[in-house]
Amino acid sequence: MSTYRIQGATGEWEVVIGLEVHAQITSNAKLFSGASTTFGAEPNSQVSLVDAAMPGMLPVLNGECIRQAVRTGLAIDASINKWSRFDRKNYFYADLPQGYQISQLYHPLVGEGHIDISLDDKNPEADVKRIGVERIHVEQDAGKLMHDQHPTMSYVDLNRSGVALMEIVSKPDMRSPAEAGAYVRKLRSILRYVGSCDGNMEEGSMRADVNVSVRKVGDELGTRTETKNVNSVRFVMATIEYEANRQVDVLESGGTIAQETRLFDPDTGTTRSMRSKEDAHDYRYFPDPDLLPLVLDDAFVEAARASLPELPDAKRHRYENALGLSPYAAGVLTAEVETARWFETLLTSTAKAAGKGESDVAKQASNWLISEFFGALNRVGKSLDNSPISADAAAELLALITDGTISGSIAKQVLEKMLETGDRAGTIVTREGLKQTSDTDAIDAVIAKILTDNADKVEQYKGGKEALFGFFVGQTMKAMQGKANPGVVNELLKKALG
Amino acid sequence: MSVDTATVAKIAALARIKLTEAEVAGMVPELNGILAWVEQLGEVDVTGVEPMTAVIANTLRLREDVVNADPLTGGGMRDAVLANAPAAEHGFFGVPKVIE
Amino acid sequence: MSDVTELGVAAIRDGVAKGEFTAVEVAQGFNANVAAAQIALNAFIVATPEAALGAAQKVDEARAAGQPLGKMAGVPIGMKDLFATKGVQTTAASHILEGFTPQYESSVSQKLWDAGAGMLGKLNLDQFAMGSSNETSYFGNVISPWKRKDGGNAAMAPGGSSGGSSAAVAARLCPAATGTDTGGSIRQPAAFTGISGIKPTYGRCSRWGIVAFASSLDQAGPMARDVRDCAIMLEVMSGFDPKDSTSLDLPVPAWEAALSGDMRGKKVGIPREYRVDGLDGDVAKSWDQGIAWLKDAGAEIVDISLPHTKYALPAYYIIAPAEASSNLARYDGVRYGLRDLPDGAGLQDMYAATRSAGFGAEVKRRILIGTYVLSAGYYDAYYTQAQKVRTLIARDFDEAFRLCDVILAPTTPTASFGLGEMVSDPLAMYLNDVFAVPASLAGLPAMSVPAGLNREGLPLGLQIIGKAFDEQGVLNAGLAIESRAGFTAKPERWW
Ligand SMILES: [Mg+2]
Ligand SMILES: [Zn+2]
Repeated sequence: MSTYRIQGATGEWEVVIGLEVHAQITSNAKLFSGASTTFGAEPNSQVSLVDAAMPGMLPVLNGECIRQAVRTGLAIDASINKWSRFDRKNYFYADLPQGYQISQLYHPLVGEGHIDISLDDKNPEADVKRIGVERIHVEQDAGKLMHDQHPTMSYVDLNRSGVALMEIVSKPDMRSPAEAGAYVRKLRSILRYVGSCDGNMEEGSMRADVNVSVRKVGDELGTRTETKNVNSVRFVMATIEYEANRQVDVLESGGTIAQETRLFDPDTGTTRSMRSKEDAHDYRYFPDPDLLPLVLDDAFVEAARASLPELPDAKRHRYENALGLSPYAAGVLTAEVETARWFETLLTSTAKAAGKGESDVAKQASNWLISEFFGALNRVGKSLDNSPISADAAAELLALITDGTISGSIAKQVLEKMLETGDRAGTIVTREGLKQTSDTDAIDAVIAKILTDNADKVEQYKGGKEALFGFFVGQTMKAMQGKANPGVVNELLKKALG
Repeated sequence: MSVDTATVAKIAALARIKLTEAEVAGMVPELNGILAWVEQLGEVDVTGVEPMTAVIANTLRLREDVVNADPLTGGGMRDAVLANAPAAEHGFFGVPKVIE
Repeated sequence: MSDVTELGVAAIRDGVAKGEFTAVEVAQGFNANVAAAQIALNAFIVATPEAALGAAQKVDEARAAGQPLGKMAGVPIGMKDLFATKGVQTTAASHILEGFTPQYESSVSQKLWDAGAGMLGKLNLDQFAMGSSNETSYFGNVISPWKRKDGGNAAMAPGGSSGGSSAAVAARLCPAATGTDTGGSIRQPAAFTGISGIKPTYGRCSRWGIVAFASSLDQAGPMARDVRDCAIMLEVMSGFDPKDSTSLDLPVPAWEAALSGDMRGKKVGIPREYRVDGLDGDVAKSWDQGIAWLKDAGAEIVDISLPHTKYALPAYYIIAPAEASSNLARYDGVRYGLRDLPDGAGLQDMYAATRSAGFGAEVKRRILIGTYVLSAGYYDAYYTQAQKVRTLIARDFDEAFRLCDVILAPTTPTASFGLGEMVSDPLAMYLNDVFAVPASLAGLPAMSVPAGLNREGLPLGLQIIGKAFDEQGVLNAGLAIESRAGFTAKPERWW
């Protein structure tokens, strides 16, 4: 791992980072009520009497939220607490209708686990660091306040009130903005593989409380600040960068760090103290008397375990070991669950179309996906999620290369046409006459003309300038409009040049 | 443990109950009387005793993840939710402007 | 036809079913009594005569059409104003909920309407069910229909917090009423007014839609003139509710059908710790009388010990206020109820002003105690310790029930007192519930039945505490006492 240091006037400072990530659990209904969790609905249209904390309303736990949190815990190798319970965290705020948040302080559902991160994209196997996860607890989200719709009032929308969250609390194991960024990306990847959170940071499905402190190398932990609700990887890193430097400045000018809650301002890239929350530190946690202990049996946990998909690290290893992909390619293909899913469909279809084993076509498929297709999608402003070309259609294109119907360079043209028209590769090749030729007579005729037209170069080649061979190949292919079979061209050229 | 006026003022603030100085002063002996009385619990030997977690031994039932399965605990009832609001505008609850 | 308002639940149900009188006649009779007593007794916060008539009409129509009738068809009742009633103001006797009109019906009240009962009105109570004399209501004290026979005319306490319920049933304003019991709030007012009331096992009655006081203790139950009426009404009020996580997923027994005052083969435990120093002489006497009656009914009397009894009340006064301080945080002037917004006030100022104006003194006192005992640094010393003591109290009962089937004790340490006689001393007031609270902490079914009058002519109650889920045992012991006590005294009508 990189050694990230702040160069202060008094020497080098180390940064200590812990993250509390709030991840919205994927569920149809809220944690304790039957209201929908769909994003973007009309204000207060997805609010039950329970969510609005009407007198006499009571919480009833959504089992799916618990199942997803358990699956998430298992995915990070964490211990599952078969006996857990919910506590109330009491404070007053307009987005908190009950006057308390139902959360888990004393007995969380998920205990210690870990997440492995790497900072080396070229080789994710190298430079691995294990980041401890302290716990995952399940809790309710709050509502939303809108401050800019009325001159003297704030507006309250409770649609999010009661939506299930997992709070994933890391140990203070990170030491640089890059490590924190890698941790959030990896966590997001795992959550999306597991399907317990959609990871959509723009919609607030995932947000991080960033705990930062600084210390001289080898010193005791310093006082930390907590910057709340940072909602992108970039902002998490910027928060740390800013906070660490700010704290060093404060300490070096003789000040002390206040343990406080701060807010990140994306416009300025700075953080500021959130005074509005400062007096609320005595949360008077106690077990929620409306809820009983949550007791899970082995069958529940084992069913959750059995439902887990292959996770990113395991998949990456398999791509390397069974499919023979490079660590880099395996890393790229497994970082996002959609990419891996797309790749695997491509692989299966390509192998089938080409009549070969998956491991025989894996490299070709991987190379094409990474070096051709990602670029092509990028040029038309698309990604795999909304790709106009299905993995199946792409497999057809790859199979045409494998069986020699078209060359690699023609395949590029075909791909462009596919993106333009949405037509299948086979259709385009037939319609545009792009099939490559192995007709030796036709190729020989072209070669003869090229050698005559470039007599000087033929002389030089024969005089020992063998590098010119590539020039003749290029000229031939150009004259054949890319449709000549490159293998046949090579063979015939060698013969013609003696 | 006993409380003084500062402590009573602090817990009143925490509980969001505005008290006059006179009310705080009046509350001090009342709360101290009650606290002194409840503190006799300290005499009880509770070694090895777990705090009660369920009055009738029972554990949580898990609900199915179904939206609006019971209309009484489902959403889609904005008018009912806003019906008693002291200030409701444009489908929102209104509160004095909050500066975060 | 004799006065229908002298009838109880069973008699009205049966009379309506047989066509001896109509449900509308019954509703009209009680509506008239409610109206006539309102100023003097202040038992109701809101009367709903049309609701009572509407329900009665439906029952009469159903009967005329030969349709099956519900278990409480034609019985008009009073509803403690802690139960949310759709479209009818629900206040918990507080200013902060004044004008609050629920858009929903509590599970228990819904069951009652579904069984053919009708609503005479919303009954007064101690504010947020906090009190033992019904002197903390924002809507004024409830006055007991009973008077001391000393010739004085002191207004007496109907007990609390279900004081409107007890006064209304005792004064024949309704044949039965709902109550809720957190630390004695059904049993103590029942004892004070010479009626019966049962708090079932915690979880029998759904708490959904009942304004919460202390969630781990709150239980609804019936208050009526006799044991049979309690059994009938409890059967209707009970039952599993998936909307309440603490609701018991058990079938509701046919308590009425299995009523029997025959106590042969049953053991009745007498807890020695309840015989406290200075126990009121009349109360001690009625307890001894109760023992004799149960013996007469065939029961064997056994001496039992509930060693942690003395700690029940202090534990209760930590746990209940702690839960209440959190349960009452939702009354903040944002979504419903009172909003006090002083000029220039911010959000947090609005909260403090609203809650200060909206809560009464006792409610504030308990919120402050609850806030304090949960606050940082004190949580373990108070709350955790209290919950451990609660475990010991429940264990005491477990041990005792190895030796007996039910426990007999006084319901209260004294009979009713005059309004104003206790308010200045919260601790003395809390002691009213000293015998009632242990069963609440352990979640056990317990009932109070009238045992007789004290030397001042005021009713005294006897309490029967049963094993968890054994409401039948409690009701049966209650019936055994009732049939021997022959309690027919009723307050003389002065209102
Ligand atoms: Mg946090
Ligand atoms: Zn959280």
